Formats: sequence, structure tokens, C-alpha cells
Amino acid sequence: MKNIRFLVIGSLFGIILSKSEVVSWYRIYEMFKFQSFHMFGIIGSAVLISMVFMQLFEKGKIKNHKGEKITTKEKKKGLTRTLVGGTIFGLGWALAGACPGPMFVLVGHGITTILIVILGATIGAFVYGLLSNKLPN
Amino acid sequence: MEFISQPWPWYVAGPMIAIVLLLMNYFGRGFGVSTNLETFCTIGGAGKASDYFKKDWKEQKWSLFFVAGIILGGYLSSHYLMPTENIAINPETASELAELGFANAGQSYLPAEIFSTENIFSMKGFAILIGAGFMIGFGARYAGGCTSGHAITGLSSLQIPSLLAVIGFFIGGLLMTWFLIPLIF
Repeated sequence: MKNIRFLVIGSLFGIILSKSEVVSWYRIYEMFKFQSFHMFGIIGSAVLISMVFMQLFEKGKIKNHKGEKITTKEKKKGLTRTLVGGTIFGLGWALAGACPGPMFVLVGHGITTILIVILGATIGAFVYGLLSNKLPN
Repeated sequence: MEFISQPWPWYVAGPMIAIVLLLMNYFGRGFGVSTNLETFCTIGGAGKASDYFKKDWKEQKWSLFFVAGIILGGYLSSHYLMPTENIAINPETASELAELGFANAGQSYLPAEIFSTENIFSMKGFAILIGAGFMIGFGARYAGGCTSGHAITGLSSLQIPSLLAVIGFFIGGLLMTWFLIPLIF
């Protein structure tokens, strides 16, 4: 099963998010209140180091396991889609104190109520799918 | 053993998240979580309601394994790697939360005011949980990604849509934290 590698990488990600307290509602609240550097440090350093990796992918210095060039998918463009979609996401992120990664980590922590949040998120994705060709980009 | 008993500082966690991105790319896949929500819909038969979901979910199997791993990582952490439940939040944050009615802020990972099991059975508690989830799922898919896909992958690959999405994440997050949470609680 080649997919087991993604289970392992996912576990690593889940452990990082737990041990660094990114999965804590309080850490997200504190971030949006600008009362702690913790979350900014995590996201900022993750982005900066990823930027170096992206450059190395681009230059072909790091290749994938098949020896091919690593390319990054281009994100869908659109001012409305990104700003309005992003704002709606931000409202939910700050209220639940969890974005999609941490939502799943908290299932592993045995938090029953997070299942309702995940159900809501799945319904949200479903409604987006229904409206996707009617919504402005 | 401090690595196990103590929380990890930002300068450990941030670089390790970048390594997760590196590993995903090395194995030929992008780093992102929220697409799985659409895969759940497809598996649940949403293709009958909209062509948007008429996809072969088996192509996303790797990503479902990634999500299963995230859950497993959470389980392993909470059982074996986290002797303390306290979150060392800013005392100012804790006293502000106390004023809003959040007792014991920082003494556990999550506030009981939102996440205690009884909340499922109260109208308001349930509405907060399902509503927050709805906004996360709808917003992430409309924006085309969440924190991992936009903030980390998109910003680090210098994509303008991701910068706009992250600006949106903060507009929404600030509105909720500064204006709406004090109204809701």
C-alpha cells in the first residue's frame, strides 16, 4: 500500500499541530487578538522555509521520488472568490478555533463535539458545490 | 524527554510543517486538507445532486490516508505525548476571556463553553458548532483552500490568489474575534 506513506506524514502533521498547541482554540483567539507571537511565528516560519523549498523545486534541485520536477498547482484566480470565500472561512476559523487540519487532530484527541464542526464543514463544502457555477469569481 | 513533555515552540513547529510540505511534494502530492471535505460529499453520493461532485473519489484516496494520519497523530499525541493539558496563553487574553464568560481559559486545549458535549443538545451550542463548521467548509472551498493550501502552500509559491485569501482569512477572523464573539457569548 503506497498510500501508507501519507498516513505516516499525516500522523507527523497531527503530532506537530498537537504539540505546538495549534489545535487549541485559545491559540487562535490569541492570534486574532495579536496577544501572542506563537501562531505568527509558526505560520511565518513555515511559509519562509517552504519558500526556500519551492525555489529548490522550481530550479529542479529537489525532485520527487520518481526523479521528476515538482510543480505546484496554480490556485484559482478571482478577487471575489478569494476575498469573500476567505472572509467566510476566517469567521469560522476564529469561532471554532480550528481550521481543517486541527479539526481532524481533535477527533484524535477524542473531542466528540468537533464531529459536529466537521459535519458542518462537509455541508458547507456540499452547498458550495451546488452553488459553484452561480457564485461570482 | 523535554521534547515529549513540553509544548513545542514556534521555531520547532513552523519548520516541521515546512518539512511536511516537502514530504508531500516529494511523494508527488500537494499539501492541503480542505479538498477532503468535497471528497466526503462525493463518497456520500453528492454526485446525484450536482455534477460538481461527479468525480472519482478513488483518485483522492491518498488524501484520505493523509486525513486518517492526522487523526492518528492527534490520538498518539493526546495519549502518549502530552502530559500537560495547560496552554500558556497571555494572561491578558485569559482575563479578557473571563470577562466574556469563559472560565478557566488556558487550563485545557479547548473552552468547555464551546466544546463540552452538552453543547450538542442545546440550540445555541449546536448552532455555534455547526455554523462555524459550515463557514469553514463553504469558505475554504469557495476561496480554493484553507490554511495549509493557501497560507502555507500558496504564499510560499508566491501566488496572488493565496495572498488575497489569507487577507480574507484575517478579515473574517478579526471580525469574529473582536466584534462577534463578544456578541455571541
